Amino acid sequence: MEFELNETQRLFQRSARELFAQECPPTLVREMIEKNQPYSDAVWTKLVEQGWTGLIFGEEDGGLGLGMVEMAVAFEEMGRALVPGAFLSTVALAGPVIEKACSPEYRSARTQAICEGRSKATVALLEESASWKPDDVKLAANTSEGGVRLNGKKYFVNDASVSDLIITVARAGSNLVLAFVDPRSPGISIKAMPGMDATRSLSAVEFNDVIVKEDDVVSDGAKARDALDHALNVATLALSAEMVGGMEWLMEASVEYAKTRKQFGKPIGQFQAVQHHCANMLLMTESARSAVYYAAWMMGNNPEEAPLAVSMAKAYASDGYREVGNLAVQVHGGIGFTWDESVHFYYKRAKASELMFGDATYHRERIASLVIDPAGEPAKAVSEAAD
Amino acid sequence: MDLNPTPEEQRFRDEFRGWLQANIPEGWDPSGFHDEDSRQRFEFLRAWQKKMYEAGWVGIHWPKEYGGRGASLIEQTIFIEEMARAAAPPIINVLGVSLLGPTLIAYGTEAQKKRFLAKIISADEIWCQGYSEPNAGSDLAALRSEAVLDGDNFIVNGQKTWTSYGHFADWCFAVVRTDPDVPKHKGLTYLLIDMHSPGVTIRPLKQMTGDSEFNEVSFQNVKVPVENVVGKVNGGWEIAIATLMFERGTLGASLQITFKRQIERLIELSRKIVRNGRPASEDPIIRQRLAQICTEIEIFRLNQLRTTTRMAKSGVPGPEGSIQKIFWSEMNQRMQQVAMEMLGPWGQLTKESDYAIDHGQWAHAYLRSRGNTIEAGTSEIQRNIIGHFVLGLPKSY
Repeated sequence: MEFELNETQRLFQRSARELFAQECPPTLVREMIEKNQPYSDAVWTKLVEQGWTGLIFGEEDGGLGLGMVEMAVAFEEMGRALVPGAFLSTVALAGPVIEKACSPEYRSARTQAICEGRSKATVALLEESASWKPDDVKLAANTSEGGVRLNGKKYFVNDASVSDLIITVARAGSNLVLAFVDPRSPGISIKAMPGMDATRSLSAVEFNDVIVKEDDVVSDGAKARDALDHALNVATLALSAEMVGGMEWLMEASVEYAKTRKQFGKPIGQFQAVQHHCANMLLMTESARSAVYYAAWMMGNNPEEAPLAVSMAKAYASDGYREVGNLAVQVHGGIGFTWDESVHFYYKRAKASELMFGDATYHRERIASLVIDPAGEPAKAVSEAAD
Repeated sequence: MDLNPTPEEQRFRDEFRGWLQANIPEGWDPSGFHDEDSRQRFEFLRAWQKKMYEAGWVGIHWPKEYGGRGASLIEQTIFIEEMARAAAPPIINVLGVSLLGPTLIAYGTEAQKKRFLAKIISADEIWCQGYSEPNAGSDLAALRSEAVLDGDNFIVNGQKTWTSYGHFADWCFAVVRTDPDVPKHKGLTYLLIDMHSPGVTIRPLKQMTGDSEFNEVSFQNVKVPVENVVGKVNGGWEIAIATLMFERGTLGASLQITFKRQIERLIELSRKIVRNGRPASEDPIIRQRLAQICTEIEIFRLNQLRTTTRMAKSGVPGPEGSIQKIFWSEMNQRMQQVAMEMLGPWGQLTKESDYAIDHGQWAHAYLRSRGNTIEAGTSEIQRNIIGHFVLGLPKSY
């Protein structure tokens, strides 16, 4: 039993940190935010060159074929560097849908395009209800000759404006279907939804009689549902890992500030009220990291039971990142409230991440349904530590 | 990263689990609701430790030459988990086995090791800890019990408090002041005191729960031979701290299973207890609260695994133990509050009430948990430790 990164994983972490320090430094992130550009071709190209867009795809499709723990490490580093752009939606959300839902040839073509940097993809799930539950999807997919016809509106679609593939979750009667839509198709209009986190792009996507041909539709309801559930677990894990990276950045920045900022003739970090804020930040960061690494390990080794671990990670990280953000601003004092200091970029990312793929309340309800509802069976609240 | 046990770890677990199944005495009530401080219970537990000792299951992390098995930290964790899982009777000489033993092995003289170690694991001599005093709690180094050299003996005068097992103990490992004229950390000495010496008085301390887990111990002109100094005279502080690190290092593994058992019981109860006309298990607020506690217990377990992995490599418990201490103590208080909230008016009933749920254990656990953020280093002290020793912030005091 060994619950920490092994040597290879640590090396990977180090090289990731160096990559982002080089290619996505804080000055670039700030510039992108101030220009309201949540995507950069230059950064994307670097990621492609390093093979990162193929991070978790099979080697037969041109990917690196890395595991879930490595993926978590990668996202942790991206979260730490606050890397903007379409990586999460392409690699951790759309990617797993493609892998699970498509025929081998279709999958191979799609993932190769992503690995080689020719394609960026996203998933359109949320509607006016803003529900993350696939059961609540209403957007209509009516049969039309040679495919389906989509009508309806999706909201909060990540990176739709830069993607060339929008995997649209739709409903055909009682069935969920997945339509692989080219955003340039007739009848699609995309409208930006600027949110407080300018490092990520959100869009409203409207479908007016959009025709999607049969080959681009996964119409087997069970298969569509499985693929979507799987992808949401992978993406939620990736996002939670990103959140841990952000928490760590905030904690380190606050500790550093507390050591240098002086009041009453001493570093403010000498005051216990400030020290205790910092200690709480460390506690939450390390606890979120434990939850995320474990969820990653479970996704790779025991996918059946991984959803519980994923929800625990996201529930904890959602509350934790927000709270660490609060404490970071508090420790920085007035400076933390200014635009020129970078704390607020993370503070906003924390809120946006909390809301993405279900907040803490959403995931706690999912946890409850997994641990409370199987009545009649002995309660199994946490995993069997000792088996 | 590999969370699967190695074949050796699995074999170790199976062996100990098998031994426990075959050997836990009939009539042992794992709910733990006896008269905790009775002599009868004490003798029962002493006999149990002897039985474990004879089978080689006490002090497993001690080196083989001192009667241990040289068990790895992972094996130690497995051991604690299995004890908790089987709800086995506890090891009565836990302070000797977990704290003093490792301290003596690291800092004691050969003569001290020979004199004391074997009787610690066999439970022939029970140990208590003499650290806290009425005016030295968090500020331990401010302690005032003094030891004055008189020929070949120290003469000890003073008072210790919060002494677990004090009323049964044969020996006490204590920190006393041997030089009042130097800065407070530098005048302390680590002494092994025979509790049967003339001048030792013990008085039980009654807690808000009504139990008496702790005692006040007073020393009046107690003679302690100089060979009972551990380390150097006036060099006691670093040894005292080393002992405390052992305290924070390994407790988590056992707590984790206790918490797990409690939350599983609460979930069972939630299906039976009616709240707003339906089972509490269907109440959205209770569901949120229970799910939050499940998450925190799981994270506590995972933090513990990470700490154990790190300690297994570095060999020493570090200040990260402070994170775990804060985590479990505050989490337990929240869990007991969730229990109270869910049980409603029934939750307050004590074991004296015929109507109490689970023999009043929830009322007891709620009150007992209040002490968690104070005992073994307050949350405030733990946060100071993290601030200074982990994050490198300047010392605040």
